[in-house]
Amino acid sequence: MLQATDLRKSYGANAAVAGVSLTVNPGEIVGVLGPNGAGKSTTISMMCGLVRPDAGTVTIAGDAVGEDASAVKRRIGLVPQEISLYEDLSAIGNLELFGALYAITGSVLHERVHAALELVGLADHARLKPATFSGGMKRRLNIACALVHDPDVLLLDEPTVGVDPQSRNAIFANIESLRSRGKAIVYTTHYMEEAERLCDRIVIVDHGRVVASGTKESLRRILPATQVRRAEVEGPIDDEVLAFLAAHGLVVREAEARGSLEDVFLHLTGKQLRDAP
Amino acid sequence: MNALAALVQKDLILYFSNRRAILITLAAPILIAAFFGAVLGGPPKKPARVPVAVVDLDASSVSKSMVAAMKADTAFALEESSEPEATARVREGKVRAAVAIPKGFGDEATRALFRADAKRPQVTIYYDPSQAVTLALVKGLLTEHAMKAVSQAAFSGETGMKVIADSRAALKTSPAIDEGERKDLLSLFDSLERVQSRGAAPGASRGLGSQGFSMPFETRDSEVTSGGDRKYNAYAHSFAGMGVQFILFMGIELGVGLLLMRRVGLWKRLRAAPVSRTLLLGSRIVSGTLIALLLVAGIYAAAIAVFGVRIEGSVIGFIGVAIAFALLASTFGLLIAALGRTPEATRGIAILATLLLVMLGGAWVPTFVFPEWLQSATLVVPTRWAIDGLDAMTWRGLGIDAAVFPIGAMLACSAVFAWISMRRFDWEE
Repeated sequence: MLQATDLRKSYGANAAVAGVSLTVNPGEIVGVLGPNGAGKSTTISMMCGLVRPDAGTVTIAGDAVGEDASAVKRRIGLVPQEISLYEDLSAIGNLELFGALYAITGSVLHERVHAALELVGLADHARLKPATFSGGMKRRLNIACALVHDPDVLLLDEPTVGVDPQSRNAIFANIESLRSRGKAIVYTTHYMEEAERLCDRIVIVDHGRVVASGTKESLRRILPATQVRRAEVEGPIDDEVLAFLAAHGLVVREAEARGSLEDVFLHLTGKQLRDAP
Repeated sequence: MNALAALVQKDLILYFSNRRAILITLAAPILIAAFFGAVLGGPPKKPARVPVAVVDLDASSVSKSMVAAMKADTAFALEESSEPEATARVREGKVRAAVAIPKGFGDEATRALFRADAKRPQVTIYYDPSQAVTLALVKGLLTEHAMKAVSQAAFSGETGMKVIADSRAALKTSPAIDEGERKDLLSLFDSLERVQSRGAAPGASRGLGSQGFSMPFETRDSEVTSGGDRKYNAYAHSFAGMGVQFILFMGIELGVGLLLMRRVGLWKRLRAAPVSRTLLLGSRIVSGTLIALLLVAGIYAAAIAVFGVRIEGSVIGFIGVAIAFALLASTFGLLIAALGRTPEATRGIAILATLLLVMLGGAWVPTFVFPEWLQSATLVVPTRWAIDGLDAMTWRGLGIDAAVFPIGAMLACSAVFAWISMRRFDWEE
C-alpha cells in the first residue's frame, strides 16, 4: 500500500534523512524506531506530502504523493506528534472541519464523525471543547481527526506522548482495531515496549539512515545469543530449582513477577478510561 | 460545506468565541474613540467662549468702555482682576490670556489717534504658551474694541475736545508742515469741533461722534461639512481613527494566530489535507476580511446610535471604503504571518508598526495638523486613505467619487501584501 523509496532530505549541511526506504502493506503496522533527531518525523512529513524530499519517492497504491491538493493525500491520515486540535471548537466541530477538508460532507460526514468518536471512546464528549479534556482524551481526539475521512494509510507520529496507561491502552486497542480493518499503519516511537506490542515489522533509524529492519524476532537475532538468551519457564520456581541453576554456573539476579509494571498498574487500577474532564 | 467555507466558519467561530479579542477590537475602540471625540469637540455645539482676564489700571471712560465691550463679546468669558492675580490665573491655565490696560491709556490712545509723534500706550497681553493660538484671537478682538472706544472718545466728550485743542496748538507751531496742508488740517479740526459741540448738546442725535469707529463689515460663520443643517461631529473622526487602529490589531492577532497554529502542529494537519496553498491562505484572507467588516459595522453602529455620527456622504462609498479597509487589515495580518518567526516577537514588532501606521495615517490627530511636508509624505501610508475615506463619507458628506481613490489605494496595498505573503510564506514544516 505505502511504498517509500530512498527518501533523502537535508537542511543545509545537515542530512535529516539520508536514504530511508520502507513498505507497509494493508493490515500491517510498521514501527519506525529511533532516538530523538533520528529523522522519524521528517520521514513522516515526506510520506504525507508536507515536506518535499530532496530525492526518493513515496507512493500509495502506486500513485505518487504530491503536495497541496494532491488527490492521493485523501488516502492518508496524519496524526501529528503535537496535539493538533482547535481547543475552542467542540470535539465534533474539530472532526467536521477536518472531514470537510477531505471533501466529506452531509450525512457521510455525520456518520464518519460519530464513528470516529465511537472508536476512540469520546462519543459522550462530542459537544465538549478539547480545552476541557484531559491529556489522554486530547490524544485520542487527535487520532480521531485523522480517521474521519477513512484513510487507507495512517501515519502516527509518537501518538502516546504524555498519556496515562488507561488512555495508552485504549489507543493501542484502537490501532489494533484499525489494523484488523486493513489499514496500513506507520507508527513512530522511541518506546520499545510500544513497538513490541503493536508492530508487525520494525524499522530502526539513526542519523537519518535505516540501521536495521524486520520482524521483532529477526531483529532480536541480531544480538549475540550468549548475551540475551532468555527462557520462560512454567510452574513454580522453588529453592531446589534455584540451587540447580547455581550448580550449572547460572546466576539468578531476580525472581521476576509475571508481566510488566504496567500490567500490575492496570491490574490494580483497571482498564476503564478516566475521561472526567 | 466545502473546504473554504469550513475554514472560514472555523475562523469566525474561534474569533468571536474569544472574549479577549472582542474586548480589544470592539469595546476598546468605542471607549477610546468616545474619549478622543469628547476631548476634540464632541457632538455639534456652539463654539466655547475663550476665558480671558482683564486688568483695568486706567479706569478711564475709554478703558471702561473697552472692558464693557469685551464683556459683551460672545467670544470671551471675561473676568476682571488685579495684575498679579491675572498672571497667576494664566499660569494655572484657568484663563488663556490676561489683558492689562495701563494707566493713562485713554488719554494717550486718543492723542495717538491723530498724532504720529505722540506716545503710544502699551497694552500687555499675558498668554499661556500652550495656547498660543489664543494670542492672535485676543489681539484681534482687542484691536476692534479699542478702536471703537478710542475713536468714540476722540469724536465726543471732554477727552476729544482736549485732544483736538492740543493737536490744533501743536499743528500751528509745527515747522514740518507747509502752509497749505496746515490750513486744510486746521479746517478739519474746526469741522470735528463742530461735530463734538453738536453731539454734546442736549437732545442731540447719536451720530459718528457718539459711536466712534465701528467694524466696516460683519461676518457670518458657516461650517463647511456635509451642508444643510448638519454640524461637525468630532466623534466621526475619532471613530474612524480608533476603528482603523484596533481593526489592524485584529489583523495582527490573525497573523500571530497562524504562527501559533504552526507551533502546535495545526498548520501541519491542515497542510496534510488535499487543499491548495492558495485555498489555505485565501481562507484566512476571507475570514479576516469578514471579521474586520463585522467589527467596522459594530464600531459604527455604536458611533451612530450613541454618539450621533452620521454617514452624510455616499452610503455605497462608505461600504466600499469599509470593505477595502477590511481586506487591507486581513492581508496585513497575513503579511505578518509570512514575515514573522515566533509569535511573541512578531506580535511586539507588528504592534509597533501598526501604531506608527495609524499615527501617520491621522488616527490620533487629523492629518491637517501635521506639518505640510508630513501631510505629503503620509499620502503613501495606507491607513491615511482608510481614515480619509471614512471621514469623507461621514462628516465631510462627500459623494462616491471621493471614495474611489481611497478604495483603489487600499485594494492596491492589499494586493501587494497578499502577493508578498504568498511569496514569502514558509511552507516547509
